[in-house]
Amino acid sequence: MMMRLGTLFLFLLPGAALAAGDTDTGTTAWMLVSTALVLLMTPALAFFYGGLVRQKNVLNTMMMSFGALGFVTLVWALFGYSIAYGSGNKFVGDLSMAFLNGLDLSGEMPALLDVAFQGTFAVITAALISGSLVGRMRFPAWLLFIALWTVFDYAVLAHWVWGPAGSAFLKDLGALDFAGGTVVHINAAVAGVVGVAVLGARKDFGRLAFLPHNIPFVLLGAGLLWFGWFGFNGGSAYGANGAAALAFTNTFLAPAATMSVWMLLELWRHGRATAVGAATAAVVGLVAVTPAAGFVGPLGAIWLGAIAAFPSFFFILARPRLGLDDSLDVFGAHGIGGITGAVLTGVFASEAWGGTPGLLEGNAAQVGIQVVAVAAAIALSAVASFVLFKLVGLVLPLRATQREEAVGLDAVQHGEEAYPTTEGAILVLDGERAGGAA
Amino acid sequence: MKMIVAIIRPEKLNDVLEALFKAEVRGLTISRVQGHGGGTERVETYRGTTVKMGLYDKVKLEIGVSEAFVEPTIQAILTAARTGEVGDGKIFVLPVERVVRIRTGEENEAAVTPVKPS
Repeated sequence: MMMRLGTLFLFLLPGAALAAGDTDTGTTAWMLVSTALVLLMTPALAFFYGGLVRQKNVLNTMMMSFGALGFVTLVWALFGYSIAYGSGNKFVGDLSMAFLNGLDLSGEMPALLDVAFQGTFAVITAALISGSLVGRMRFPAWLLFIALWTVFDYAVLAHWVWGPAGSAFLKDLGALDFAGGTVVHINAAVAGVVGVAVLGARKDFGRLAFLPHNIPFVLLGAGLLWFGWFGFNGGSAYGANGAAALAFTNTFLAPAATMSVWMLLELWRHGRATAVGAATAAVVGLVAVTPAAGFVGPLGAIWLGAIAAFPSFFFILARPRLGLDDSLDVFGAHGIGGITGAVLTGVFASEAWGGTPGLLEGNAAQVGIQVVAVAAAIALSAVASFVLFKLVGLVLPLRATQREEAVGLDAVQHGEEAYPTTEGAILVLDGERAGGAA
Repeated sequence: MKMIVAIIRPEKLNDVLEALFKAEVRGLTISRVQGHGGGTERVETYRGTTVKMGLYDKVKLEIGVSEAFVEPTIQAILTAARTGEVGDGKIFVLPVERVVRIRTGEENEAAVTPVKPS
């Protein structure tokens, strides 16, 4: 309690906080910037996904990401952070830091800043799931789902991978995940596919082609995601140091390799390199390099990025024929890309660049450990997501009706249109509100 | 020959097109239009300002057909576009004086008979 009181006074006297703390200014400066960069990725994802859907669903799609900025941030700060980073046992943290208890401005990097930095990861992970479910899920059910999922799935897996050494199941096993290949990408992708299994496909799936309504949005979103990812991977070094520089550079190189290979694959298969393809490729490359960023050398990152293009490219090509309405290919990009990246991290990890030696440096066992980590992440996410979708379904209807789907979720779930025709809008005065949403 | 003009719900367009293609009605024009036919009001809110959308988005189909196709066309639209709620739209059947196919100069019946895919 004395500690808390002390913190309060430091808040009141910011000058004293700087003088009294043992803050490393370089580290803290970089982590502040990284936090803001990662936060930007969620609106970026909203644009990426928003551009890919039909115009009657664009606001709903973007709101699924913006909703995460609200609800996920809160549950993360109040419970999630403690469950992920409290000592607890090997499989789950504790509630010692619930309600931000004891998180003050002490440490090289102020402890409180870690809540914010890690919180931005929790937000984007929940938002990623929405890409599988666009165009059919009722918004209140979505909000409840992501709030629960952040606490009961995300925070738990984060504990396995990044929890305190000695009480983190996968970290203690020796699994390498620099910035969240398993925790963020595989986790979200599996939740997405489970969501599709529970909710079902959109009503016209397999009968109509769903075309992206604004491809410039897709490119804008992909570009801003890449920009934010420098904080995602670079910030995961937890310092303004060599490891951050390595992760940062690899975040530049690997997606470039993936994009180049992807464009060549498209030119070979279809004769034309598409904009949506290039944007998708950038994301696949970013996903793949995420677990590897601070563990592999720059040439290793280029190889990793180039190789990662193949499985995702062919999976996304085949996906519609699998009858799986993972609408925006969250599994193809984040699941397959995440698995490829996690396994290749075990191949390209380099002692010379500050990591554990991987397969290429004679440590074949690392690949096995990576596979175990991937399997554990898939298993946890599949079970937890399924239970949570079913649980939410008991309280709130998950699915929009066929007619609501036909009209579009923007008008039905939000009472707004992205591109309204402003003619014929009559102002409703207080007390005469009739009709209700159509 | 008749010109069939149908005003339908935009969300029913795909169903109607599918029904028309099944009835082998080709040759049509669609446009996105706005109108008012006494349907229920749609209320939207923008930053706290509530507005009533007085005009509704509709799709207008214009289909020029020979006499034999008038009934099948109407039936296809009726079944595919109906929800039973106010706002399903209307079908108008208009007489046509003369039709000319621009490519060949064919007139009337010949001009509205679809070209057999070669």
